[in-house]
Amino acid sequence: MTAADGARLEVTLCPGGPMLLRGATEVRDEDGNLHPVERPVVALCRCHRSDRLPWCDSSHKAPRPAPDP
Amino acid sequence: MSSRHTLRRQLSRSADSEGKQAPPNGPMTLPTPCGTLSESVVSGLTASAGRRSFPTDSDVRAVTDPVHDRDFQLALWVLYELHHRGLAGVDDTLEWDPDLLGARRRLETVFETAVRDLVELPDPMPTTSSEVATELRRMTISGTEPELPAFLAREASHDQFLDYLAERAVYHLRESDAQCFLLPRIGGGAKTALAEILYDEFGAGRPDRLHADIFARALADLGMPTGLASYVDDADALTLASVNVTTLFNLHRRLRGAAAGHLAAFEATSSIPCRLIADGAERLALPASVVDYYVEHVEADSVHEQVAITGLCGNLVDAEPDLAADVILGAAACLTIDTLAADRLLARLREQPDRIAS
Ligand code: FES
Ligand SMILES: [Fe+2]
Ligand SMILES: [Fe+2]
Repeated sequence: MTAADGARLEVTLCPGGPMLLRGATEVRDEDGNLHPVERPVVALCRCHRSDRLPWCDSSHKAPRPAPDP
Repeated sequence: MSSRHTLRRQLSRSADSEGKQAPPNGPMTLPTPCGTLSESVVSGLTASAGRRSFPTDSDVRAVTDPVHDRDFQLALWVLYELHHRGLAGVDDTLEWDPDLLGARRRLETVFETAVRDLVELPDPMPTTSSEVATELRRMTISGTEPELPAFLAREASHDQFLDYLAERAVYHLRESDAQCFLLPRIGGGAKTALAEILYDEFGAGRPDRLHADIFARALADLGMPTGLASYVDDADALTLASVNVTTLFNLHRRLRGAAAGHLAAFEATSSIPCRLIADGAERLALPASVVDYYVEHVEADSVHEQVAITGLCGNLVDAEPDLAADVILGAAACLTIDTLAADRLLARLREQPDRIAS
């Protein structure tokens, strides 16, 4: 992740949920793609269940699919 | 219901001439009264000075179930609108008219009691900020897929989807306005957190990203009116109650804890439903602005949830520990009333699939 020039980058870990980022301008995902940050605070997925990676889409709270029998 | 004709008429009119207009920001026309209380409020607001009368104590006490009473909720909604954008043809000084405030107070007292009776609260009540945050997370975790959003995702017809939007417009066209009343009543980290959420709700510096306006744009692109008036006339009691309870909590400093908890519960139960609704809009090939509104909320509310629970509610309880129980009350009220409203709306969409078209 990249911070704005002279800006403070702040990371907050949320219990059982995402990581909040303040002050970032872009985030590089696991495949090397760069995602511009378009809101003052963004939530990065930590559970790898999001459909909108790298962002959290609250899938970490969704009921987990029943395990295969 | 005769008021249904208003929306139908406006729907056909706006499709050709008004479809692209900017969302109106001025006062809306007075809604159509539907009973003693709303009739009394509407005629009181338009009568000349000296001839005004408003709902009395006995009028209000006659209501047995205010949460489900459309007349009651409409009367309160109209009174609250005086504190927001005002009402066309109504003297602006009435916002602070003592007789009117007295009537509003009578309605609010009955409503607040009904809401407190309706909700189930945890026992024991959390007392510390971390207990409150844990309880808010527990209350808002979804064990199962929410029914109404799942219906919109997979089953709803085009007309049923539009009917859903029309019903919810009363909330979305005023999105986040009520919480602005909370801001001056809190301080420190709680204030910073609320301001951070509101900044995002109001477009984060970009007018084209203002959430209420994205919703209005979606309505316009569907050929639906962007003003509140026609939607209020058709809104169910529970839809009005869900908006009114938000205003009640935010307008009273005494209830600031409940206002914070209400927002946290709202934000924490928004992202997953919005993803399903966005899926439905895509399935029905609705305009991009409709999808945009819901997709925006998938990401934004995943952030807002965290900021509201720890930043707003956590810091508020740290600063004012006595508010812990009120935070939980506000969250419980949000979840209870919004679930009732969603269940009612889903039942209606199934029973009257062509309501908006016929
Ligand atoms: S952390 Fe929220 S979806 Fe993964
Ligand atoms: Fe929003
Ligand atoms: Fe939000």
